Amino acid sequence: MTAIAAPAPRLVDHFESGLNAPICLTWELTYACNLACVHCLSSSGRRDPRELSTAECMALVDEFQLMQIFYVNIGGGEPTVRRDFWEILDYATAHDVGVKFSTNGSRITPEIAARLAASDYVDVQISLDGATAAVNDRVRGVGSYATAIRAMERLSDAGFEGFKVSVVVTRENVGQLDDFKAIADRHGAQLRLTRLRPSGRGADVWDELHPTAAQQRQLYGWLLERGEEVLTGDSFFHLAAYGDPLPGLNLCGAGRVVCLVDPVGDVYACPFAIHDAFLAGNVRSPGGFATVWRESELFQDLRKPQTSGACLSCSQYDACRGGCMAAKFFTGLPLDGPDPECVLGRGESLLDLLGDREVPRPAADHSRRKPSRPDRACDESPLAGLEVHMSRKGS
Amino acid sequence: MTIDLERPWRVGRQVAVRPEPFGALAYHFGTRRLSFIKTRKLLAVVQALAEQPSGREACRVAGVSDAELPTYARALETLAGSGMIEEAT
Repeated sequence: MTAIAAPAPRLVDHFESGLNAPICLTWELTYACNLACVHCLSSSGRRDPRELSTAECMALVDEFQLMQIFYVNIGGGEPTVRRDFWEILDYATAHDVGVKFSTNGSRITPEIAARLAASDYVDVQISLDGATAAVNDRVRGVGSYATAIRAMERLSDAGFEGFKVSVVVTRENVGQLDDFKAIADRHGAQLRLTRLRPSGRGADVWDELHPTAAQQRQLYGWLLERGEEVLTGDSFFHLAAYGDPLPGLNLCGAGRVVCLVDPVGDVYACPFAIHDAFLAGNVRSPGGFATVWRESELFQDLRKPQTSGACLSCSQYDACRGGCMAAKFFTGLPLDGPDPECVLGRGESLLDLLGDREVPRPAADHSRRKPSRPDRACDESPLAGLEVHMSRKGS
Repeated sequence: MTIDLERPWRVGRQVAVRPEPFGALAYHFGTRRLSFIKTRKLLAVVQALAEQPSGREACRVAGVSDAELPTYARALETLAGSGMIEEAT
C-alpha cells in the first residue's frame, strides 16, 4: 500500500472510525480441508452442511461489487476443495472483485497454474510454515512441504510472477527467515510473514509455538531491514513498540477496515476472532452483508474510540495501540490490557499473574475428530504432550 | 516522474475509485496496488480529470488554490507513478 502525500488529518483516525466498506475482507469459503494443521486459526477439517451455496456465494459477490470491495482474500479450510471454487473465482473476477486465495497447493495442477497466471485479477498465496520439510510438516502434516513447493514450481513455470509465499512465524521456523526469503525469490514470489494467533486450534499450541521475546526482537529487526519487500498483512504492529513502526497501517483493523465472512455466512470482526463475542451478524439476514458492515452494534462499538485501560499510561501506547484483540481474547487477557506478546513483557507478567485460567473457546470447531497427523511423529516433537496441555486449558 | 499539468489526465483504465469519509481508496486491478487519496479535495481533482482539458484545470475546478497547487501536483505525480491516473490520449 502507498500513501499519497497531501495535507490531511491522520489517516489512521479515519480508519479507526470505520469505512463505507472493508479494505481487507477475508472470505472463508469452506471449513473442509485436506490438511489438519495444528495451528489452524479456523479449526477447519470437516465441511459445514450449512455452507453458503454457489448461488449464495455469487449473490454475495454481487454485493461486494456494489460496495466496491476491490478484492477479497479467500481462504478456508482449503477453498479449492469446493467443487464450485473455480466457478466462484471466475464469477468474482468478472464482477470487478479481485481475488487473492490461500491454498496449501494440493490442487494447483499445471493447467490450473497456467490459468491463474493468465489473470490479472487473481493472486495466489501458498502456505508454508517451515523452510524445510522437517519443520513444515510437523505443523502442517507429512507431505505438505513437498506439495507446497510443487505448487510454487508449477506457478513459476507457468509464468505467474509475484504470487505470495505465506508463512506463520513460529518458535520453530523463526530461524529460517532468510531461507523462506530464498524460497520465495527462487520462485519469483513475494514472501509474506504473519503472526501466530491463539485462535482456533492455534490456542492449543500457542504456548509452545509462539516466538519467544528474544525471537520477536530478532524478527522485528529482520522485518525492519527488509521494509516493503516482505509483506506482513499488518500482522506485527504490536512490535512497533520496539521503536520504528513497520510498514503498514499499524492499527487493529477489526470491524473498522477488516472483517471475516465465514463459510456459513457469519460475519466476524476479524479472521482471528471466530467467537460469539466478535460475531456481527450473518449475510443471510435481511440487508445482507452491507447492513451488517454498516449497522451492526458490534462494529459500531469497535469504531468508537477505544479505552485502553491498563495500557493507557504506557509510553508506547501510541506505537502498539494495545496490540491484537484476538490474541488478548483467546489467551484470557482483558481486551483493554496488554497484548500477550507485549514487547515490554507486560502481557507475559499478566499471564503469569493470572495463572491457570479459563480461556474462551472458538465458536465453531470443524476439526476432524481423528487428527490426520501421525501420532508417531509427535513423539519426537515439542508438540508432544499436546493432549495434556489441552485439558489444562480447555473448557 | 514529474507531471505535466498542461496535459489531459484520467483515472487509469484498470483503476477503481471508492469514495470514503477521508477522501477515497484507489485500486489498480492490474498491479493489485491500493492507494489512499487522502483528502476530499484530492478526490474532487481526480474526479474532475476526465472532464477537464488539463490537470491544472481539474485542480482549479476542484477548488485548489495557487498556493496549494504544488502539493496537489505532487499528489497527482504519486498517483501517476503508480498508474492510478494516466495521460489521456
